[in-house]
Amino acid sequence: MNETLQHNAQIKSTDRRSLITPEGIDLQIQLADVGARIGAIVIDLVIINIALVLGFFVFVLAGITVNPEVAISLYIVFALFLRSFYFLAFEMGPKAATPGKRMMKIRVAARNTAIGQARLSANAVFARNALREIEIFLPLSFLMANSESVDGLVGLLGLIWSGLFLLFPLFNKDRLRAGDLIAGTWVVRSPKPLLGRDLAKQDSHKVYTFLFSAEQVEAYGIHELHVLETVLRTNKAATLQEVADRIRKKIKWEKSVQENDRDFLNAYYRALRKRLEARLIMGVRRKNKFDAR
Amino acid sequence: MRDFSPAPASPSELDIADQSLKSERFRELRMAQWAQLEDLLNRMDKRGIRSLDTQDILDLPKLYRGALSALSVARATSLDQNVIAYLESLCTRAYYRLYGTQAGLGKRIIAFLSRDWPQAAQRLWKDTAISALLIIISTIAAYFLVQSNPDWFYSFVDAGLAGDRTPAASTEALRSTLYDRPDDETGLGIFASYLFSNNSRVAIFAFALGFAFGIPTIFFMLSTGFMLGGFIGLFASRDLGFEVGGWLIIHGSTEIFAIILAGGAGLHIGRAIAFPGSLSRTQSAALAGRTSGLLMVGVVLMLLGAGLLEGYARQLITSDALRYSIGIGLLILWMMYLYIPRSQKDPTAR
Repeated sequence: MNETLQHNAQIKSTDRRSLITPEGIDLQIQLADVGARIGAIVIDLVIINIALVLGFFVFVLAGITVNPEVAISLYIVFALFLRSFYFLAFEMGPKAATPGKRMMKIRVAARNTAIGQARLSANAVFARNALREIEIFLPLSFLMANSESVDGLVGLLGLIWSGLFLLFPLFNKDRLRAGDLIAGTWVVRSPKPLLGRDLAKQDSHKVYTFLFSAEQVEAYGIHELHVLETVLRTNKAATLQEVADRIRKKIKWEKSVQENDRDFLNAYYRALRKRLEARLIMGVRRKNKFDAR
Repeated sequence: MRDFSPAPASPSELDIADQSLKSERFRELRMAQWAQLEDLLNRMDKRGIRSLDTQDILDLPKLYRGALSALSVARATSLDQNVIAYLESLCTRAYYRLYGTQAGLGKRIIAFLSRDWPQAAQRLWKDTAISALLIIISTIAAYFLVQSNPDWFYSFVDAGLAGDRTPAASTEALRSTLYDRPDDETGLGIFASYLFSNNSRVAIFAFALGFAFGIPTIFFMLSTGFMLGGFIGLFASRDLGFEVGGWLIIHGSTEIFAIILAGGAGLHIGRAIAFPGSLSRTQSAALAGRTSGLLMVGVVLMLLGAGLLEGYARQLITSDALRYSIGIGLLILWMMYLYIPRSQKDPTAR
């Protein structure tokens, strides 16, 4: 239930992008936020480095007594493959996400391009990860460059130049890395919200306890209904009381002695939704309480 | 065949439902199907597509379309945020499953080797030609400069890479670097894997830097050519031109060809970003990136071969004739493989 709420609360309309299926329905996907992407890459780099250290023990320490040459060359190839192919292998899989991305509940997807919504192809995954070399590993190499081999100033300039790639996702509206731009991909959220209880479903005797006049259910619009839904799903006593009092004041509702805030809000939610949905079917989408329709 | 149309409500049900909201009834009737679709998707996520039986696979697209239609109805008639958010994510998950990547790895590898790689190389022939031209011009320039004054060598060739092969070395020492078999064969494997890892990084840079309108790629190709020309020029000035040719060509025909292809892929992207034509810049970059990315997978494979040739074959084969014939033979094979047009009978071809 909590997950549902976070999901609802976090959606910003600027993060919505249209994704039209071949059936002609716009799925309205959401872009991954920067925090999730940084989290994902950090987790992935930690995993890679742990694997490198483990690989070192396996290949070098175990193999050195048998055949040191084979052990070392295997390790070099292993290190290269791990760094380059970790991202490739996971992103080419059906989940299109590395373990870090999976933990942050995001995935790679094909962007809408000139030739329509294409499938996420292996080539696209390769291209987006090839550019990781200049986005992450190039700045790192400047950072770690030996001061004897590279002039300090040159190193600093290199760091700034390559840092531009690192910050690239912050400066475009789709949060594309340079690699995403080239490959025609983007990173989107892939949440799994649960289907919560239907708040309109209530005991019939409770519904009949609260009868609202037409005027009373006209007090609010869709925005307020959604806020009320969130409040009911969060289910915090203090908030419930505050919201209930405010609504009672607005619609001039006399509170009876044994009246429960939660029951009142549930009943009002149901009545408001009934009214607004009835108008919705007639083609009137009343946005909020200031909407005069 | 299971029936997925919502069960018609009986008259008595309708009486009870009279007080319930339309959106509430709508949801009640379809919830079971949504749960079934979610269950199928969860099973595919956990245990792969093989965990579904025939009936499940027949159901999947129907359930998907049912959920899609429910989503559009819900958007138009329901004000329950939770249902809409749930359906959006459910449909998106199913969409990625149904329209996502499907071909198995084996099939994809075969398609890549038999069709996609040569096709990508052919599509990028112009950029590859430019990239080759850049290397050839810079090689020739460096060759003549070093011939006229050996000191140029130091500005072209990285000291670490040259090792003992500098103008300061005697002709005999230079000759020995071309033919001397290492005392024993240990170390060749390390050398080969190091070369492969180094070269593929170099090629990936040539490709990735194409992003900046291809300008860094041009510099990169030129500097590679200067280095090559510097080497050849130095050896040629000591009458070792023919010999150094054999030393380079045995792996160079594969390696330099791969680097030329990588440069071509980089230039292709740079060109697409600089001159997008009627497309938007990002669309153009994305289209170019897909073809070039494909070519780059092939380039990495070529470099793996080149690393083995450089690490093993060059050290073990010291006959000039054999070195030349292997190098030139490989070049011809690569050209034939990549550039001979082939019929497109493959049914999966787009």
